[in-house]
Amino acid sequence: MNLTFLAAEAGDSTARTLTITLFLVFVAATLAITVWASRQTKTATDFYAGGRSFSGFQNGMAIGGDYMSAASFLGIAGLIALYGYDGFLYSIGFLVAWLVALLLVAELLRNSGKYTMADVLAFRMRQRPVRTAAAVSTITVSIFYLIAQMVGAGALVALLLGIRPGTTFLGMDADAAKIATIVLVGALMIIYVTVGGMKGTTYVQIVKAFLLMGGAALMTVLVLAKFNFNLSSLLGAASDASGKGEAFLQPGLYYGKEVAGNATQTFYNKVDLFSLGIALVLGTAGLPHILIRFYTVPTARAARRSVLWAIGIIGTFYLFTLALGFGAAALVGGEAISAQNAAGNTAAPQLAEALGVDFFGGDTGGAVLLAVIAAVAFATILAVVAGLTLASSSSLAHDFYANVIKRGETSEKQEVNVARISAFVIGAVSIVLALFAQSLNVAFLVALAFAVAASGNLPAILYSLFWKRFNTAGATWAIYGGLLAAVVLVFFSPVVSGTPTSMFKTADWQWFPLNNPGIISIPFGFLCGWIGTMLSKETDEQKYAELEVRSLTGAGAH
Amino acid sequence: MTTDTPAPATSVPEERYLAVQQSEDFAKLRKTLRGFIFPMTVAFFLWYALYVILSAYARGFMDTKVVGHINVALVFGLLQFVSTFLIAWLYSRFAARQVDPLADKIAAELTEKGEAA
Repeated sequence: MNLTFLAAEAGDSTARTLTITLFLVFVAATLAITVWASRQTKTATDFYAGGRSFSGFQNGMAIGGDYMSAASFLGIAGLIALYGYDGFLYSIGFLVAWLVALLLVAELLRNSGKYTMADVLAFRMRQRPVRTAAAVSTITVSIFYLIAQMVGAGALVALLLGIRPGTTFLGMDADAAKIATIVLVGALMIIYVTVGGMKGTTYVQIVKAFLLMGGAALMTVLVLAKFNFNLSSLLGAASDASGKGEAFLQPGLYYGKEVAGNATQTFYNKVDLFSLGIALVLGTAGLPHILIRFYTVPTARAARRSVLWAIGIIGTFYLFTLALGFGAAALVGGEAISAQNAAGNTAAPQLAEALGVDFFGGDTGGAVLLAVIAAVAFATILAVVAGLTLASSSSLAHDFYANVIKRGETSEKQEVNVARISAFVIGAVSIVLALFAQSLNVAFLVALAFAVAASGNLPAILYSLFWKRFNTAGATWAIYGGLLAAVVLVFFSPVVSGTPTSMFKTADWQWFPLNNPGIISIPFGFLCGWIGTMLSKETDEQKYAELEVRSLTGAGAH
Repeated sequence: MTTDTPAPATSVPEERYLAVQQSEDFAKLRKTLRGFIFPMTVAFFLWYALYVILSAYARGFMDTKVVGHINVALVFGLLQFVSTFLIAWLYSRFAARQVDPLADKIAAELTEKGEAA
């Protein structure tokens, strides 16, 4: 037994050295790209929109890199590995959402905006109130998302580097490594954005997309090969190993749970599933870090091609996670996974290790594949946080500083300098918040970011583009109304207090029964936009004509 | 004008937009585009909602085995992928054939007149 233990230790240290080496290679390569990109970044358009020089394919890959977060890769694979079918159900909302972006938003936004979401919202409105609201919402959504990603990175590092309780690495125990990781991730995202701007960030996201797709594809092929490319026998093995039998392949183990003898809770659980689903589908097209990606291509048609590529790559990726999740359930087993991480976040790396042992010559092979996938996971987090930092600093500089404080009287150079400073400030604030939140369960923040985007941003965008009567009051009501409804409801929901899995386990001020506010807050946001509009007499036919003609034809587009 | 170079931002005088917006060509462009994107949005949203609602409330049906360990729930989920890919492809074909030529024509007229003025 000592031998097994030693072998595991040796495997750990090989994997650890390799993970760190690969991660350093990724960081060195992306920093080199960032420095190169900074030389190409001269104007505000370069900084905010990568000079609008990317092709539809490149931008489609970058969108994939921006969108597929650790929650997608590690989170969904883990959810499937532990709860089976419901993890798959979760992934589908993230894909279908792209149809909203494709049909209703991407091209029209590309034609009528310049750098930020607010460019479209404020097009025919009074600039200051609308841009202030848009900046508040952009920064809120981005910071929620950032904290979730950074805390996730911190939680993963000890597991991915195999730092066990009682052991140290470079003199750090697991807690110190966690803090170091949050600070390192924060520092890197600040460098990518301040130095490389949108060009640097885009290339980081493209590289990440290829690494992630390559890693996931390789593991998928290995999993399927293990089961002779027979999906049914993979599912059978997964359900057998799960100990839950056929229920593992059916909806209901995680979402919309039926609680025996408690009809009310069962009802709430099922409504909650629907509430989550609509927030995912409607939230994507309101996420500021996704929206600004459409400005990096020269035309609306290239924006369309970007979304088509994005749908292709994201859809393929979620099909891979299906194999990864069920593969991890079958080959690693739920017990071994939840022993490492209760949420299943290490299912994909553990599967990599098992596959490596199987296919590439024992423990060393296992260590190598584990290291590769762990490094891919870090790359994934870095690309997403860079996109979020860029979106929020762009909005702070372009919307709030240049158009609200300076009322549009500022030079390009000044504005870009402010954007760089903003990236630094937002990065620093996120690091601090993530350090405070690191021991709390903040996984719900990703779903909350989607809910805010769907409740506040999406109504404002859709009304702006399609409703002639819409005005300043309508836009601010929609954004603030949807934002507040989502945040307040979540604050009083079970994810924040009142249950053993809440963010604050020992407190209880919960009265809202659902974890996901979308089913209330999304209609509320749309309703606020309508009421606000009707209460104000303001209309600008001339400007609406300009917006409509520009958005549909591309005439006069930036 | 080629389809991939946007018109420079300054070439259209503002008052031209109102006239174009009220033109027949533009009404046709708006109607064509909305005639596709609005019904399609409603359709895919209802299709997705149906999937989620069945997953929550029609578990007996979703649990039905189709072949081997593959059940209705899995097939339904995979069909959401198929429908998403299909709608994306249909839209790109529709936009290229029906929308782009109209949009280009209007944009070209606008910028030409803009430059002449």
